[in-house]
Amino acid sequence: MNEKNPASTYDIIKVNENEEKHTLSIIVDDEPGVLARVIGLFAARGFNIDSLTVSETESKNQLSRITLVTSGSPSVIEKIKVQVDRLVPVHRVSDLTAQYGQYGALERELALIKVKGTGNKRLEALRLAEAFDAQTVDASLDSFIFQITGRTREIDRFINLMSSVGLTEVSRTGVAALKRGADNT
Amino acid sequence: MGKNISGAEIVIQAIADQGVDVVFGYPGGAVLPIYDAIFQQEEVKHILVRHEQGAAHAAEGYARSTGKVGVLIVTSGPGATNAVTGLTDALLDSIPIVCISGQVPTHLIGTDAFQEADTVGITRACTKHNWLVKDIKDLPRIMHEAFYVARSGRPGPVLIDIPKDIQFAEGDYENLSKITHKTYTPPTSVDHKAVGKVIEMIQRSKNPILYTGGGVINSGPNASKLLKKFVETTNIPITSTLMGLGAYPGSGKNWLGMLGMHGTYEANMAMHDCDLMICLGARFDDRITGKIDQFSPNSKKVHIDIDATSINKNVDVDLAILADCHKFLVEALKIIKDRNIKNFPTYQKWWTQIDTWKTVNCLKYKANPDIIMPQYAIERLYELTKDKDTYITTEVGQHQMWAAQFYKFDEPNRWLTSGGLGTMGYGFPAANGVQVAFPESLVIDIAGDASILMNIQELSTAVQYRLNTKIFILNNSYMGMVRQWQQLLHGNRISESYSESLPDFVKLAEAYGATGILAKKPKDLDEAIIKMIETPGPVIMDCQVANLENCFPMIPSGKAHNDMLLGEDVSDEQVSNAIDDDGKIMV
Repeated sequence: MNEKNPASTYDIIKVNENEEKHTLSIIVDDEPGVLARVIGLFAARGFNIDSLTVSETESKNQLSRITLVTSGSPSVIEKIKVQVDRLVPVHRVSDLTAQYGQYGALERELALIKVKGTGNKRLEALRLAEAFDAQTVDASLDSFIFQITGRTREIDRFINLMSSVGLTEVSRTGVAALKRGADNT
Repeated sequence: MGKNISGAEIVIQAIADQGVDVVFGYPGGAVLPIYDAIFQQEEVKHILVRHEQGAAHAAEGYARSTGKVGVLIVTSGPGATNAVTGLTDALLDSIPIVCISGQVPTHLIGTDAFQEADTVGITRACTKHNWLVKDIKDLPRIMHEAFYVARSGRPGPVLIDIPKDIQFAEGDYENLSKITHKTYTPPTSVDHKAVGKVIEMIQRSKNPILYTGGGVINSGPNASKLLKKFVETTNIPITSTLMGLGAYPGSGKNWLGMLGMHGTYEANMAMHDCDLMICLGARFDDRITGKIDQFSPNSKKVHIDIDATSINKNVDVDLAILADCHKFLVEALKIIKDRNIKNFPTYQKWWTQIDTWKTVNCLKYKANPDIIMPQYAIERLYELTKDKDTYITTEVGQHQMWAAQFYKFDEPNRWLTSGGLGTMGYGFPAANGVQVAFPESLVIDIAGDASILMNIQELSTAVQYRLNTKIFILNNSYMGMVRQWQQLLHGNRISESYSESLPDFVKLAEAYGATGILAKKPKDLDEAIIKMIETPGPVIMDCQVANLENCFPMIPSGKAHNDMLLGEDVSDEQVSNAIDDDGKIMV
């Protein structure tokens, strides 16, 4: 299609904004379909979900906390927040990354990592696990399952190393996060 | 504790307590208890449609014209899926409607039972919110919460899915019509300081423009009154989106006409060249902005909207105010009064420039003594109905744009059209909805020959309830807008857009028990329109117009506001040569 006669009005403008990772903490009514509403919104509007964790909260009022890691330019992150906040069962949306910075919010993830191997590889896997403070939660003659908790990047690094010593399976929980200090998230 | 009644009775009682006196619907297995409850009461009247999509659009028509919430009742499965287009339409155009759908009994949900569909799953994306009622104890609260969500903030459609066993179950009902929702709390105030800043921006500006939208209409008739006052006080030129027509009078002094793809030259040029744009209750839709990186390049932009997601969505603005349009206008006028501002700039140079643009006379068309030009048909319809109590609805396509360009609306809530979704088949059922709400008014659906066939079955509804709904078909034997785009963009290859085998609309009307009128010549037009208006009951007027007329002016795809295609650029010869000999045989 030439310059003069584009076939559509829908010009997509590429704005060169840097993509950022943001951790959102979303408090919702714990009712059927609420998760579908949130992820349906992300799918419909073309937003990214890097990680997602859902569980009950401390409250007795049947509330759930959805901790969601997303990535996008700052303006996209802003759009995501207002879109999610508009959903009827959403109580509040906190952008932990924007509000509290990289160190103001505590973010942890748990991973189970299965490693298969014998001999030296097996020994190396054990040593690495020790270095990363990973626990051995299952063992057989030719396999281990390690459990590691930590920041996402740390777990990424551990998994990366493990892949050269026989990693066969990974299961991660996704990020759980809270604001540091006495105030609520 | 309230009285103990069945779920079905709770549904009807809650609708009545919400002040809604008419519902539109179609019965079926999963809503039989509700229909039994309807039968045994007189507070809520039921209008039987002929297709559930018609029920949704009729509810939209009722809502948009009255300012109340529209209600439809549909059965499970196909009943609910047929309503989906109407719900989506209401979502895009922010129309408050409540859809009650029947569902298979609770214990059968998930078994692929007869007429079972995952209605809350299907409608999640096309409603503001929806509910599946699993306990009779929740029903009264959900019914009233649904009305609250539908009409609050940016209005929209909601759906309540009620399994049949819940309709039979008995529960306590109390009138909770004043209920709000615990988490859904749209803004109710307005930032005083920010409004003050807008006034200062207006005072400093040289070329300001007001760009208003459907939000002003949704804000109620008072918002429109205040808008008029605000424009009078500040002398700012005003344009509006398709959805906002009538908020400021079409005959008003500062009116530039509609903006956007088929908007006027003066409105679009003023949008492009302004130094201050105040967007009130509109959302920078792609039909409005044209090429977005060339959209009004030199202006400061202010956006007032009740919905935070509309702000900075398509266009980044300099000042955003999260508020209802009416509240904003009250505050703005109060600040002007409090600060005793009398000397707003006169914008002399700006108005002179606008007057120059107006001389282009962008809506002119070549009159023809032998063939009815579609523009002429709308002009005559306007002249012959403007002094009456008239409501206009439209379908979607060229006729819709011509209606928007040539019919002048002086009051809000008089113009009902499918803007966001562009739903062919909207206009006629919507007109029925208006006519039910205002039986004495003149309600006209301006239609196209293709659109009207999408919900023609509703003629049966109009006949049954002796509605006076008029259908004014601009019949050019084409899906005109599709054909126009094929001409402009696809080498005039008229692919599947010719209306082959059209019915004889006069006979069609008669077959339904309505009246049909045919007009072929300009000299017969007035008489035919008057006959249409004066004939009681539903009337189809088949107004046969020039087949190949294009809708201008037009911002061609991917162009900016100041790059409009005016009608005079395209000669008759070019248009006729654009069709080859084989094509001419069909015309």
